[in-house]
Amino acid sequence: MKFETPQTIEAATALLAADAGARVLAGGTDLLVRLRAGQIEPSAVIDIKRIKGMSDITQEDGGWRIGAAVPCSVMGEHDGLKAAYPGVVEGAELIGSTQVQGRCTMVGNLCNAGPAGDSVPAMVAAGASVRIAGPEGTRDVPVIDIPLSPGKTSLAKGEFVTSVFLPARPARSSDAYLRFIPRTEMDIAVVGCAVNLSLNEDGTVKEAHVSLGAVAPKVLDVPEAAAALIGSKCEDAALEALATAATAAATPIDDKRGTVAFRKDVSGVLARRAAKLAYTRAMGEKS
Amino acid sequence: MSRIHVNTTINGDATDYLCEAEDTLLDVLRDQLDMTGSKEGCASGDCGACTVRLDGRLVCSCLVLGAEAEGRTVETIEGMADGETLHPLQKNFIDKAALQCGICTPGILVAAKDLLERNPDPTEEEVRYWLAGNLCRCTGYDKIIRTVLETAAEMRGAA
Amino acid sequence: MAKDEFTPRTFKVVGTRPPRPDGLDKVTGRARYGADMSAPGMLIGLCLRSPHAHARIKSIDTSAAEAMKGVKAVVTRADFTTTPEDQGTRDILDNVMAGEKALYDGHTVAAVAATSRSVARAALKAIKVEYEVLPHVVDVDEAMKPDAPVLHEGRQQESVPKGYSQNVLARSQYGHGDIEAGFKKADIIVERSFTTAATHQGYIEPHACLATMGNDGQGDLWCCTQGHYMVRNTCSAILGMDAGRLKVTASEIGGGFGGKTTVFLEPVALMLSKKAGKPVKMTMSRDEVLRASGPTASTSIDIKIGMTKEGKITAAQGEFRYQSGAFYAMNGALGAMCGFAPYDLENLQSVGWEVVTNRPKAAAYRAPGAPMAAFAVESVMDELAKELDMDPIELRLKNAAEEGTKSAYGPTYPAIGLKATLEAAKAHPHWSAPLGKNQGRGLACGFWFNFGGDTCVSLMINPDGTVSLSEGNPDIGGSRAAMTMMAAEELGIPYEHVRTVIADTATLGQNEVTDGSRVTFAVGLATIKAARHAIEIMKTRAAATWGIEPDAVEWVDGAAQPAGPNAGKFPPMTLKEIAAIASNTGGPIAGHHEVNAEGAGVSFGTHIADTEVDPETGAVKVVRYTVFQDAGKAVHPDYVEGQLQGGAVQGIGWALNEEYIYGKDGTLQNAGYLDYRIPVASDLPMIEPVILEIPNPGHPYGVRGVGETGIVPPLATLANAVSRAAGVRMTSLPMSPPKLLAAIKAS
Repeated sequence: MKFETPQTIEAATALLAADAGARVLAGGTDLLVRLRAGQIEPSAVIDIKRIKGMSDITQEDGGWRIGAAVPCSVMGEHDGLKAAYPGVVEGAELIGSTQVQGRCTMVGNLCNAGPAGDSVPAMVAAGASVRIAGPEGTRDVPVIDIPLSPGKTSLAKGEFVTSVFLPARPARSSDAYLRFIPRTEMDIAVVGCAVNLSLNEDGTVKEAHVSLGAVAPKVLDVPEAAAALIGSKCEDAALEALATAATAAATPIDDKRGTVAFRKDVSGVLARRAAKLAYTRAMGEKS
Repeated sequence: MSRIHVNTTINGDATDYLCEAEDTLLDVLRDQLDMTGSKEGCASGDCGACTVRLDGRLVCSCLVLGAEAEGRTVETIEGMADGETLHPLQKNFIDKAALQCGICTPGILVAAKDLLERNPDPTEEEVRYWLAGNLCRCTGYDKIIRTVLETAAEMRGAA
Repeated sequence: MAKDEFTPRTFKVVGTRPPRPDGLDKVTGRARYGADMSAPGMLIGLCLRSPHAHARIKSIDTSAAEAMKGVKAVVTRADFTTTPEDQGTRDILDNVMAGEKALYDGHTVAAVAATSRSVARAALKAIKVEYEVLPHVVDVDEAMKPDAPVLHEGRQQESVPKGYSQNVLARSQYGHGDIEAGFKKADIIVERSFTTAATHQGYIEPHACLATMGNDGQGDLWCCTQGHYMVRNTCSAILGMDAGRLKVTASEIGGGFGGKTTVFLEPVALMLSKKAGKPVKMTMSRDEVLRASGPTASTSIDIKIGMTKEGKITAAQGEFRYQSGAFYAMNGALGAMCGFAPYDLENLQSVGWEVVTNRPKAAAYRAPGAPMAAFAVESVMDELAKELDMDPIELRLKNAAEEGTKSAYGPTYPAIGLKATLEAAKAHPHWSAPLGKNQGRGLACGFWFNFGGDTCVSLMINPDGTVSLSEGNPDIGGSRAAMTMMAAEELGIPYEHVRTVIADTATLGQNEVTDGSRVTFAVGLATIKAARHAIEIMKTRAAATWGIEPDAVEWVDGAAQPAGPNAGKFPPMTLKEIAAIASNTGGPIAGHHEVNAEGAGVSFGTHIADTEVDPETGAVKVVRYTVFQDAGKAVHPDYVEGQLQGGAVQGIGWALNEEYIYGKDGTLQNAGYLDYRIPVASDLPMIEPVILEIPNPGHPYGVRGVGETGIVPPLATLANAVSRAAGVRMTSLPMSPPKLLAAIKAS
């Protein structure tokens, strides 16, 4: 195995294009686990952290661009980002321990293409996109189109994600992410749910996005759940409709972390709770 | 197999070593530099026994490649005491019996020191969540959490 | 039973909380654990493990691996040509290196030693094993059925009735009286079935060793173990060498909880080293630890208890079916003995079953067999308390065993502390504190035997008046401090003047493993006796100096002095003064004591937990937890508290989230800390320990073992708390959120 530290995006894509067995290293909190367990045997590891801009969080067109190598703990320490997208940041901050937070990245979490990545549902609900660099140049792709199935992404040979973009959002908007795990920390989500809301001046929901994790082969966007909230003030009836839609949308499996019935039930519970939290935040109240 | 030459700073000392690309920072610390205070409990970032600071941030050294440490600074348990003078956390862990078998202790001390440098007055809940990635199977955490809180109070008083 | 060793006294050192002697090493990273040792020219050893739950090994081709550059030795079962004499050791050999069959996912089938880890890994891949996959069974009830896949033929004991699978190795029965008559007298009978999942000890330090075998037939072994004498005896028997030619040194140990009371890597590493002619280091990965070491039994238990409406038990019956993995272990019997031990029963029948399945061989785990039994019995007791609308403590006090009670497992109890723990619980503010919404309070009792066993201690009086104490049991949680304290107490010198070391197997006589909560009791007893031996010598030296009879000298506060005015008038001679002139009064002074320690006092505990249940998700939060346990005498109270707290939290993990999860193919699905979910710091409240001190008549200071009892009550305590909070009786552990939510929805 070779270890490469390209200084530019072009150098990185050239390395990746030239070697089908090469893997991108940013935080390494998934890659190194699999390397150590013998699940992967890459011919080269391409460390992108020394490329300029990979570790930056910047404002762009009223939204936020987050470099592919930004550790989640750095996101949690960024007041501007946290104020704009508390749900995205709380999702990112739920990945692993304090120590893992110091290394793990949202892009890694996304490109790992696990169904249960904690940072992914909130990015989907936020309508986030990623910028992809490759031998043919760059392209922007919605986050939801990156994972295809467990462990598989839509990235082509030689491509890698360089950043995530969270779009600008109107006033009276906010988001929230909740997950269920058996312990209080250190587990993979059994169910994850993100809700992103924009409100009218009268406090009714103008726009809503609901996204579920860990209940399907990949992250789900659930428009029928979101529709239940439009025009409401997240009253009990709307929340019940939301929960029912979320439960119906979930198509989970039985595995060591949970059962189908449990995951479907909890999808509804978390949707309800996350919607309430996002609504409270969008109203500018303390959550 | 050609090895990678790495120049880095460990516990304030300029250090260099040769490593294979697959070697983790933990492998390098333990097997090449004989700094065995950092422990391997899982090699998957789930136990925290290998906790060190890399460029001022807590990491599991089992999830860092040795080659990544080029030009960076690494702080391990071996650098926590200042000569003969123990860090207050180290002293209190002994005095308040915050360890039983001691295998998780180095990782917990490194993590707790980082917490107190960031937040000199943490709540019990903050300490518990900060240390959630440091597994301890002996103590039930009670004396560890108490000792971190009491040391924080003591250090605030001394400051 | 208990010998009359205990004499009341006022302690000066015992009962204080000095810093532990190994503290500095352990907070600075200096302490050397199993994987922290290396040797010049050392090779790295790795195991090849079966991917199948049950398979006949048709052939193993190691030629490609042997031909690889850097590979220095490959071993398979064919290299182990000695057949150990006793069945237990043969089982251990079969477990550390599979013979004709691989009996579980993770069972070692071959091992290599190579110049680096990467070469060793490549060599493992080059070994070709041809398996014939066989049907498997991992569930205890399934394994007992007559048509279940059979692991071993011809190993069933005569105690097993006809109609069961050969997997049922033994049945044992305990009890007395007439249960049929007893149940007839009952006003109320509750009968329930329970299951518990297998759990792992979960020590953070994986098994590790460094083995050196020369062609002179001598060996050295460094390893993390709870008993290096056991390692020496077992490895030498497996390798067919004299025990005296193998020296084993115990490293610092990073947790064991019973899981390090046997060998896994050690005989393999010795064989690799013998073949390679170089030192071999082996370390398990976490995956290997979970797949191939230590777990405890999973169980299926039926309990029936009858009571009068006043709450007096009229009869009790239990069937304790335990699967202990691929080999025999006495677990069901221990469950059958312990489950009802807290109660004074007129009519009892308690039956234990030992069953093998295609899982790793169970190792001891803290009070092995008892927690599951207590879970079942104490759950039924709680249900009876609810049915009778009685306070759970009052109900237990009405039936509690005390001095003179005939125990569930036979002997009559001497002074015991069960009622004291119940009374303390009743008086504690926790028992009467108000509960919040969705909260429930649970209480349960637990029992463990405790053990003594073979023990050697040597105590040297150094020329400067300091003392060097050698013991032969690894210090797993502060026992060096406890021994140092007892030596200082007995000798009458400051704690700081004694230094305790763990001797290797060539330096001190045979010592039983650090198990059965025996060390503070048995090694403490031997330490006190060794100190008394040294004192006798020192009194003799003082007597000779003074020209009086040795029995006219007494030892007070660290000095010899004439016993009374008739003995003569001499100023006291301190230990330091006697030590300084020892060379001239007969030579160096040392005390020693060798004993098979009897009189380990049984131990009881009572726990209270408050839990809060989220009725929408089945999530359980432990809100408050208090432990009451009889320690006899707490030598170093900090470390006694630590045992109580640690045991409780392991039990909380067992009750809520820990479990071995097997797939349909019989492979372990959660062989890592990510999905084998031990409690993390944020899962827990503070654990309040309340130490009771009812002296053990069998120890000079009244000490009882405290290590194990703490894990016995929590399973039931949590089950009772959760059942009360959720309004539904939980009879299956762990009470993981999916299971609890399903139970809530079904109720």
